[in-house]
Amino acid sequence: MPDTGSSDAFVAFERVQKSYDGVSLVVKDLNLTLPKGEFLTMLGPSGSGKTTCLMMLAGFETATHGEIKLAGKPINNIPPHKRGIGMVFQNYALFPHMTVAENLAFPLEVRKIGKSDREAKVKRALDMVEMGAFGGRRPAQLSGGQQQRIALARALVFEPELVLMDEPLGALDKQLREKMQFEITSLAHSLGITTVYVTHDQTEALTMSDRVAVFNDGRIQQLAPPAELYEEPQNSFVAQFIGENNTLEGVVQEMRGDICTVRLDDGEVIDAKPVNVSKVGERTRVSIRPERVEYNRERLRPGAHTLKAKVLEFIYMGDIFRTRLAVAGNTDFVIKTRNAPDQVRLKPGQEIEIGWLPEDCRALDAL
Amino acid sequence: MTDATQPASRGPMLAADGTPLKKSLSRALRMQKMRALALIAPLLLFVLITFIAPIADMLFRSVENQIVSNTMPRTARLLADWDGQGVPDEPVFEAAYYDLFLAAERKEHTRLGSRLNYEQTGASSLFRKSGRGLEDMGELYQDQFTDLNGDWDEPEPWAEIFGDPEWLAEQAAWDGEGRMPRFQLREGAETLLPRSAEHYAAFARFTQTEDGDSPLEEEPWSAVHTALYQDLAAADLSGYDGPRAEMLAAADALVDSPEFSRLPFTDGFAEIDEAWVQPQIWQTLKLYSPDYTPGYFLNAMDMQLTPEGMEKRPENERIYMLLFGRTLFMSLAITFSCVLLAYPVAYLLSNLPSRSANLLMILVLLPFWTSLLVRTSAWKIMLQQQGVINDTLVWLGLVGDDARLAMINNQLGTIIAMTHILLPFMILPMYSVMSTIPPSYVRAAKSLGATNWTTFWRVYFPQSVPGIGAGSILVFILSIGYYITPEIVGGTTGTFISNRIAYHISTSLNWGLAAALGAILLAVVLVLYWAYDRIVGIDNVKLG
Repeated sequence: MPDTGSSDAFVAFERVQKSYDGVSLVVKDLNLTLPKGEFLTMLGPSGSGKTTCLMMLAGFETATHGEIKLAGKPINNIPPHKRGIGMVFQNYALFPHMTVAENLAFPLEVRKIGKSDREAKVKRALDMVEMGAFGGRRPAQLSGGQQQRIALARALVFEPELVLMDEPLGALDKQLREKMQFEITSLAHSLGITTVYVTHDQTEALTMSDRVAVFNDGRIQQLAPPAELYEEPQNSFVAQFIGENNTLEGVVQEMRGDICTVRLDDGEVIDAKPVNVSKVGERTRVSIRPERVEYNRERLRPGAHTLKAKVLEFIYMGDIFRTRLAVAGNTDFVIKTRNAPDQVRLKPGQEIEIGWLPEDCRALDAL
Repeated sequence: MTDATQPASRGPMLAADGTPLKKSLSRALRMQKMRALALIAPLLLFVLITFIAPIADMLFRSVENQIVSNTMPRTARLLADWDGQGVPDEPVFEAAYYDLFLAAERKEHTRLGSRLNYEQTGASSLFRKSGRGLEDMGELYQDQFTDLNGDWDEPEPWAEIFGDPEWLAEQAAWDGEGRMPRFQLREGAETLLPRSAEHYAAFARFTQTEDGDSPLEEEPWSAVHTALYQDLAAADLSGYDGPRAEMLAAADALVDSPEFSRLPFTDGFAEIDEAWVQPQIWQTLKLYSPDYTPGYFLNAMDMQLTPEGMEKRPENERIYMLLFGRTLFMSLAITFSCVLLAYPVAYLLSNLPSRSANLLMILVLLPFWTSLLVRTSAWKIMLQQQGVINDTLVWLGLVGDDARLAMINNQLGTIIAMTHILLPFMILPMYSVMSTIPPSYVRAAKSLGATNWTTFWRVYFPQSVPGIGAGSILVFILSIGYYITPEIVGGTTGTFISNRIAYHISTSLNWGLAAALGAILLAVVLVLYWAYDRIVGIDNVKLG
């Protein structure tokens, strides 16, 4: 896990705020550091401030307050073309009137790099993205995936230490996107460049990143490695936003160290792990991942609280089964089970009892 | 797999019902095409009737020249065989006499005169004069016949000699209402008195159709008397026993007698005007007697048609090439100044938030809401020597009161006023192209390390070129045919070829020359358009 201390931070946001209209803040008090070589993803719904943060880092927006540092030096007043940051845009932004090779040579030309050197670098960059044969083509003659590779090569050809990517895979189809996700991460890691990647696709964020910063409402809701983010969401927003999630609302009835009991609104009592609830009587929203719900009593801890559930719908999805239940008044309670040979296939109308390990059920803030 | 999906190497692809795939595809598309055609049909018809057809007709006038052969058919025929040396022979004068006489009766001789006046100054007055003089020539014979027998001045004898008896009876019975019976020549009259019969028939039919009078009540033209004299001089009437045989015999005797005074046609024309016995008018007539002529085009290119072929006009008569050159140069200057002024405005417009952009756009479009005449006249007030700008400059002391700048009634005035008027046509296409250039290109260039200038010049500008191209074509083509503004502010040195075209259309009425000038202008524009396509590529022109 990368060090998050600010001493060796390569990129640092310090108390950064941004307002476009002078009335409301789009970015509220952002503090974020990332060390050299890290692949950080800014994830969040649209309007959450993630792209604004990226644009401030690139220099296309100025921070209303606070400081942005690159390699220890404040860059607030450095124009974008002097920051030396590579950037990949959502729509690739390949210059349509230049060939692929000219596009790649552009950053080298403006850096006054000699012709032979330039050609060697362009060739190397094209080979790196396996597009060596396409140097003479125009961007319009390439497919979306090919354009994406060229955009990536162009952002890397002048060997920047920091590369920003603004939803670069948004326009690609699913299969290509998954392939490119893998290629981008392996390229970034093999070159050792620091990457800030913006996306609203949580799968992309989880599969690609060293760390993910979940943005909402101008703030980072949680900054953590993917596994931690998924398994230990710190608040209801993150739990809802990352992956699929079942929620039940209730009141904290009892606190016992790292286990609490929650009385749900329909009177049932369950065990949960208190995450951001602190005292008895507080309203809470408990969150359980669909794949952690157990209906085989034998696998539950003795004495665990269970809930009655009624099967509403059974969906066969190939690798998994997805069953929708009515639980404690919630008719959108979903469980997922692996399509194993011994797996029970529930039928609609069937009455079952469900339970879970208390540590899988997190008592979070009520929104 | 069915046959329809087999590769083409096995013969033509077949549709499911066995017909060739191409055929069934074209059948399926035919309905669509018909529908599309029906949708554009009203506009197509409108454009055809109100635009294409008049233009085609107008362009046709630039070579059409049937007026000589229509008005003077006999003369034109004879002149075709004339060698063009000296003055033609008597038969040509004879033909000209009868042609012009009929034309004068139809009042067409002045039209022919004005037409020939384009080619030879003085032709117009010569023809007008001759219309009157020809009457005198015929009266020489008319008077002698009348002196012999007063009946020669009456309508009936003529009608009886030349008219078919059946027609005579019908015409006599005509009550003044409805259609007159069409004049028919009496059998035998034509062989006996060929010229008189021809000209009397022409007179009778003209009287019937043009004047609506009965030939029984109108005495014939003097040209018919002239024709009778010619026939009597040549014919032998001894065997004639038709109507009014005695009267004709007496006239024949008179014509054969030495007292009868006669006048050769050549001398008659010479009496009317000495110009008729000079070669020039006959050469002009010969040159312009074919139905189609390159004369208008030659004229439009400062050349002329002479009996020796085409040649350049004398230096002091050349005007059109100068005007064409000036029109091209000034249109280019206007286009260029429009590009310079419009580019920054269009750039600003496309980069502003939409609210302020809309406000600015209204300011750009504001001139469109004002009358063209008002704007042009405003420039006249601004730019004249006692105008606002000169007054201000004098008041500021930048220009002496005695050295006020001449900014109007010259090329400068035309360029200033037309640049202002045509500016929106440059801004709009530029704006619509620039607003499609995503800001991410500029950002990408900057993130790649380009300075603001490099970003503009290497990335933004090349992508805005289609807008410049579209605006330039629009402004150039509009200005090359502009008329009102140069007319008002152009003076003598700032007028365009279109002003000359308008002059020929509405003042000199030389439509053929106007059509030729217009055709050349159209050709120039098309050639420039073609050149533009070759050099810049018309695909690079976008209106957004």
